[in-house]
Amino acid sequence: MLSTGSNVSSRLLKPALWLSVRLVSERTAAASPQQELIKKRELEKDELRPLYMDFQATTPMDPRVLDAMLPYQVNYYGNPHSRTHAYGWESETAMEVARKQVADLIRADPREIIFTSGATESNNMAIKGVARFYQSKKRHVITTQTEHKCVLDSCRILESEGFQITYLPVHKSGLLDLELLEASIRPDTSVVSVMMVNNEIGVMQPVKDIGHICRSKGVFFHTDAAQAVGKIPINVSDSKIDLMSISGHKIYGPKGVGALYVRRRPRVRLEPLQNGGGQERGLRSGTVPTPLAVGIGAACSIAQKEMEYDHQRVSMLANRLVQRIMSEIPDVIMNGDPEQRYPGCVNLSFAYVEGESLLMALKDVALSSGSACTSASLEPSYVLRAIGADEDLAHSSIRFGIGRFTTEEEVDYTAEKCIHQVRRLREMSPLWEMVQEGIDLKSIKWTQH
Amino acid sequence: MCGNMATSSLRKSASLMLFFNRSLSRPDRTAVCLYHKKVVDHYENPRNMGSLNKNSRDVGTGLVGAPACGDVMKLQIQVDENGKIVDAKFKTFGCGSAIASSSLATEWVKGKTVDDALKIKNTDIAKELCLPPVKLHCSMLAEDAIKAALSDYRIKQQDKKEELAKARS
Repeated sequence: MLSTGSNVSSRLLKPALWLSVRLVSERTAAASPQQELIKKRELEKDELRPLYMDFQATTPMDPRVLDAMLPYQVNYYGNPHSRTHAYGWESETAMEVARKQVADLIRADPREIIFTSGATESNNMAIKGVARFYQSKKRHVITTQTEHKCVLDSCRILESEGFQITYLPVHKSGLLDLELLEASIRPDTSVVSVMMVNNEIGVMQPVKDIGHICRSKGVFFHTDAAQAVGKIPINVSDSKIDLMSISGHKIYGPKGVGALYVRRRPRVRLEPLQNGGGQERGLRSGTVPTPLAVGIGAACSIAQKEMEYDHQRVSMLANRLVQRIMSEIPDVIMNGDPEQRYPGCVNLSFAYVEGESLLMALKDVALSSGSACTSASLEPSYVLRAIGADEDLAHSSIRFGIGRFTTEEEVDYTAEKCIHQVRRLREMSPLWEMVQEGIDLKSIKWTQH
Repeated sequence: MCGNMATSSLRKSASLMLFFNRSLSRPDRTAVCLYHKKVVDHYENPRNMGSLNKNSRDVGTGLVGAPACGDVMKLQIQVDENGKIVDAKFKTFGCGSAIASSSLATEWVKGKTVDDALKIKNTDIAKELCLPPVKLHCSMLAEDAIKAALSDYRIKQQDKKEELAKARS
């Protein structure tokens, strides 16, 4: 298996050498201020990968989740739907335990959880499934303009099938107008879909109030809680939620798995998207991937235990980041309501600086932007447009994502680098120059391209 | 029993391999960086970034683009009596490719005559910076900026001539 003698020792030496070089360089820069830290990172940038500050895009898997999953990849690999032998029974037990873990996090019954391939599939199932089931009597669906693309695209497909969709506008804060929602509900509305926490601006919708309105009008309420589950306390009965989408890889679980909560009392019926052997109550046929299900279960149970601690820590780090940046540079706007938000998603617009150039400047921090240049279609983010951000501010926005594994050092480094680079880019910006000279940018007639 | 032994020895050898051969655990890191080296270079070391006196008679200023589109370029040229561009400065609100395009534009116009500078094409800028198709509009805006600066200079020269003519008469 292994070659003996000198080969082993030379192979042992390489990682040891690498370790010692790292230690030496760390020691020489031990007690230095922030600037020295930045210089050291610049020098080592070939060795190191960027800091991860994009927790809304995806999250690293918690090592405890990996530990829970591994036995089911190599040892207990049976199909959970095999009824006739121990491999099937042990996989099924594990799957049911995971189901209970997911259900406990949202205060639901385990029989109401369906495993899917992710929140996108859950959203598709919920919206298209419910709308199509009740289509003989109800042909209207309500959603908002700030939903995730999968919800908006599912609604677009329903429109082409002859349904009527109302896309509700939002306030400048990103919050939904409840009176407008109530007024928009018609007798033929089958489902209302409003996401709990927005993935771009972090705004938290008043889900309890929306649930009450929908229940009182006899309309199903679906919420895309991919960014909210495991981060804020959720109770599906209190909030009168009928359908909820959960994503595995947003809560430090594996990628490729999600769940859909489908209420049993009062019963929500839906037309399945994926047909087959009738697994998952007939709503989602297909073998449930036991390791992935165990993974999302473990992630949910860890999240339940650590939710409060994580929330406090993330709030503290987010405040630190925002305070540092906003106190040092002027003309920075936070997009979205400052109070009704999940603190870990910070979306800032830096006036007179373009988003993609700032991302390039912050190349050793992994971030995301709402700017046109970063999207393939050259259109700025539709969420920012929906909250009424000025077009040029939509091009200048950066999203900072903070999560369970973010350290104070990372936040400080990001803030320092951001301040430094924004100042530099503003020096390069003709708009900043014009504003300094006292010219009102809105009065200029720009050349159209 | 047999199966258990096989899988446990498989796992043992896998973990040993991981320990000795670091490259097995880390994926191939020749990931394609979205920004070409030249574009990054122009951002880190911008050539001719700054401003010239826009009220001066021999300075032409071109301001193109719109903040709503996410791209604004200001290109200024200083021309001597012989019609040769002696200095050029730029300022850009835009993505990395836009900054690089305008920086390169200022580099190229320096030393050219006013007529030669008109011949600079956006395709040359794009080829030099290896811009991907989605960023070609940045090079077009740079070409527009050059043309706008030259036309502004021409208008100023025209005004100067008219003034001189009026003064004489």
